[in-house]
Order: sequence, then C-alpha cells, then structure tokens
Amino acid sequence: MDMVGHNTLVVLLGATALGMAAGMVGCFMVLRRRALVSDALSHATLPGIVAAFLTGMALGVEGRSLPLLLTGAAISGAIAVATIQAIKRWTRLTEDAAIGAVLSVFFGAGVVLLSVVQELPAANAAGLKGFIFGQTAAMRTGEAFGLGALALLAAAMVWLFFKEFRLLAFDEGFARAAGWPTGRIDLALMALVTLVTVVGLQTVGLVLIIALLITPAATARFWTDDLSRMLIIAGCVGAVSGGFGAVLSARFADLPAGAVIVLVATSLFFISLIIAPSRGLLGRSLRRARLRRALLAGELGG
Amino acid sequence: MLQRLLSDNFIPSADAGVGALAVSGLSVAYHQRLVLRDVTWTAPAQGLVAVVGPNGAGKSTFLKAVLGLVPALTGTIEVYGRPLRRQRALIGYVPQRESVDWDFPVSALDVVTMGRYGLIGWGRRITGKHKAAAMQALDRVGMADFAHRQIGQLSGGQQQRVFLARALAQEARLYFMDEPLAGVDAATEQTILAVLRELDAEGRTVICVHHDLQTVAETFDHVLMLNGALVAAGPVREALTEENLRRAYGQRASGLLLGPR
Repeated sequence: MDMVGHNTLVVLLGATALGMAAGMVGCFMVLRRRALVSDALSHATLPGIVAAFLTGMALGVEGRSLPLLLTGAAISGAIAVATIQAIKRWTRLTEDAAIGAVLSVFFGAGVVLLSVVQELPAANAAGLKGFIFGQTAAMRTGEAFGLGALALLAAAMVWLFFKEFRLLAFDEGFARAAGWPTGRIDLALMALVTLVTVVGLQTVGLVLIIALLITPAATARFWTDDLSRMLIIAGCVGAVSGGFGAVLSARFADLPAGAVIVLVATSLFFISLIIAPSRGLLGRSLRRARLRRALLAGELGG
Repeated sequence: MLQRLLSDNFIPSADAGVGALAVSGLSVAYHQRLVLRDVTWTAPAQGLVAVVGPNGAGKSTFLKAVLGLVPALTGTIEVYGRPLRRQRALIGYVPQRESVDWDFPVSALDVVTMGRYGLIGWGRRITGKHKAAAMQALDRVGMADFAHRQIGQLSGGQQQRVFLARALAQEARLYFMDEPLAGVDAATEQTILAVLRELDAEGRTVICVHHDLQTVAETFDHVLMLNGALVAAGPVREALTEENLRRAYGQRASGLLLGPR
C-alpha cells in the first residue's frame, strides 16, 4: 500500500462507488432507450459549471468550490433534459433531433463561456477544463469521500425503488392505468442519472461519463435474462472498471482516469460479447453448429 | 400508492343501477385531427362488452382515453359512480401485445407479479404471498410451466396469456382489454374466452376491443359500436343489427355477420 497514498485510496474507492452506481442506474437508461438523453445531459453540464464558477467569482466565494460547480452542472443538465422533453411534446420533432440540437447548443455555450473565463485576468480557470475529460489527480480527500457517498446513495435508491423502475421501464401504459404516478417515477430516475453524471464529472469527465452509464449495462445484458441479476452484474462491471481504472491512472501519472476507466469497461464489454454463454457470439455459433450436426445426423425427429 | 391502498374504493351493489363505467362527452384529438367525437355511454354493471368498429374507428383510442393514457379533449369518466382517478385500484388492463419490448430481461412470473405491485405498495419488497398469487394467475391461463421463461422465448399466444394473467393478478372489478384475441393461436383463444366467461360469472365487467364480428354474438353480452363517434350501444341482439353495421362499416358491412367462418 506504500505506492498508493491515502488520498489515492479514497479516490479509488470513490471511483469504484461511482462505477457501481452508474452501472445500476445505466441499466434502466439502456432498457428505456434513453442512452442518448444521458449523453445530452452530461454535455449540457459544461455551461452550468462555468456559469457557477463566474457566479462564485462575482460573489467573492472561492470559484473552485466543488459543491458550487456541481450544483451549476446539475441545474444546466436538468434544464437540458427538460428542454428535450418540451421539444418532443410541443413540436413534431422526434427525440433524436431534439437531443442533437440541445446537446450541441449547450456544449457550444459551455465552450464559449470557458474561453471567456480564460480571458479574465485573475481567473484561475485551469481546473475547469478537468471536467471535460476528468482529472482525479486534483481531487481532495474530502471531495472524493463526498462524491463516493453520493454514488452509494444513488445505488441505494435504485435498490429501494427497483420494483417501480422495472414497472416503468417495461410497460409505462400499464403502470399509468394501474394508477402509478409514472411522471414522478420517471423524474426520480432522471434525478438519479443527473446525480451519477454530476458525481462522475470530476473523475470521468463529461464527455466520457455516458460510457460508464451505458457500457456496464450493455455488458451485463449479455450474461442474464433477469433484471435483478443484470443490475448486480452491471454494478460489478462498473465498480471494477472504476476501481481498476483509477489504480492504473494513479500508477501511470499521465493517464487520464476517465479514459482508462472507460477502456477497462469497454474491454469487459468485448469479452462478454464473445464469451457470454447464452447471448455471446461464441455460444451462439456453437449452438447453431451443434444443431446443424444433430440435424444432419438425423437425430431430430422429422 | 399508500393513499391508494387506504382509499375507500367504492362499489355500489348491483341493483343500485349504477353502471361500472360512465363516459360522458368524451372527445379525443391527435394533433389537429379529431379521432373520437362526443361519446356518451354507460357500461352495464356486469357482463362482457365488445367494442367494435372498422379500422381507425377509434376503438383503441377510446380505451386509452378512458384510462387516461391519451389526453381527452373533453369529457368525464366515472367508475362505479366516482371519478376514475379515485377508483384506479378497481381497474385491470390488458394492453396490446405490441406495446412492450418482449426482449426485456424479465420472466413470465416477473411480468404477472407486476399486476400485484399496486397491492404491494411503494418501495416495499415483493413477498412470497404475492408471488404465489401471481403463480396462481399464470396457472389460470395454463402458463404455470412457463413461469421462469424469459418472455421473449414465448410464442405470441403465450405472451398474450401472460398479459391476461397479469390483469387477473390485479384482482380488479372492471377490466379493459385491447384486442386480446388478435393473432393468437386456437388454444390461446379458447383459454382467453374461458377466462372471460369466468370473470363474467364472478360478477366482473370486461370491456374488450374486438375485431372479429363473427365471434361477438357467441361470447359477448353487450356491444359498443364506434366509428369516430358512437354508432350504437346495447345488448348484442339489439345493437348488432345490419343497419347499425352499415352505419359503422359502410357498404362493406353486407355479409359481415353471415360470412363463412
């Protein structure tokens, strides 16, 4: 443990908790076909981060205060999601068009704001860029601890409302007919996605957090036909990716944590794609070959 | 949901003369197009009701608007004499089979257990008692042997029976079913018709969108005939006449009832 300092250990545990929460929440995003909405959400956090930084400077608060920046991120992310919903509801544009428009406008606004901040004489805006691709090195112990706790909270909420989320994801019409407040359940789910996204900004960065939400869930789907098992597997894949990625990036100081975490998750995805017994490519072609042999040998009754 | 469990769901006695469902002045529009105009109708307190009409007549829309799944332009809905939103626990629903993703990672038993969620309540775990009730519902539609199959591995008819079992697990008084007999195999059709008769014998009301006019008379007691508006309603013998069919289906109606099966 000598090569891993106390701070690194906390960051590692935080990344593990983040991966677990992202994997679990991500299952519902994948099953509801909302993957791209969460991508728009994460990109749309950038203007909020920079605006919060500017507000902090104007008010004389330390601009780099993480809670302030993440609050700004959550607010602009939520506005983006609400805008997508509004476009879908009030115009005849489809969801993908709404997502494309909102994602690029918000991210573009964020980039413009960021360059404005860098022109300011006194501003120490160097840390803001870390949110785009993630930067664990700059994280303080207290911050890492708080983010890890928030990730655990998100995972606990998924466990608590598993039944409601499953119902909503499978058959929203039936849920509404039976009297469930589907709008509020959906809102709770989007709130959890926002929480995970915001928690992951510092570690993984806003460009790549989508991969941590979607890849573990997609990986888990190869291994099981049961949603509760899928959540457990996705949580584990996310946790391993987060933890292992954080260790690798701590060992080799130049590697950005976010990219390494995502690459670990993607490796697990490809391994599963090939070797998973029931839905993997290898298992599928083996079964087909066996069936063909049986057919040719006349073992199947005709 | 707790509120729902504690709410005094109200069912007047059968002889009080209150219908199971009272629809008044219901109109529905998709974008600018009016799909249903001013439907006023009261369902009988008990029995099997077929909602019939040509393609695009608004049968499915009628069901969804009554349930609040598509917004109504105008109109009020009452269930057993009270606003629908206070009587949700009395309602069971079988949506069209195409309305969900059958590759979803759940088993047949998981889906049927969803019918119990309202009785279980917010944030609570699913207990063995509810699993047993779901299993019983599966057994009632002859699907107990398939309880642990992933739903994508079932045939279309089996999937339809799972949906029916989920509605049975709701233990509702008033059932809405959207084309439960569409495209199912003969065995499934027999099972579903038998369950419908059982529900009728138990004193429940079933309102069922139905496309096959041939089988209306042998299974259903009442008819609601739609074609963008209410054409006719009443006991099958009175409402399912050649003249009403011509008004709903146009000239194509000739021989609809008498054609070869």
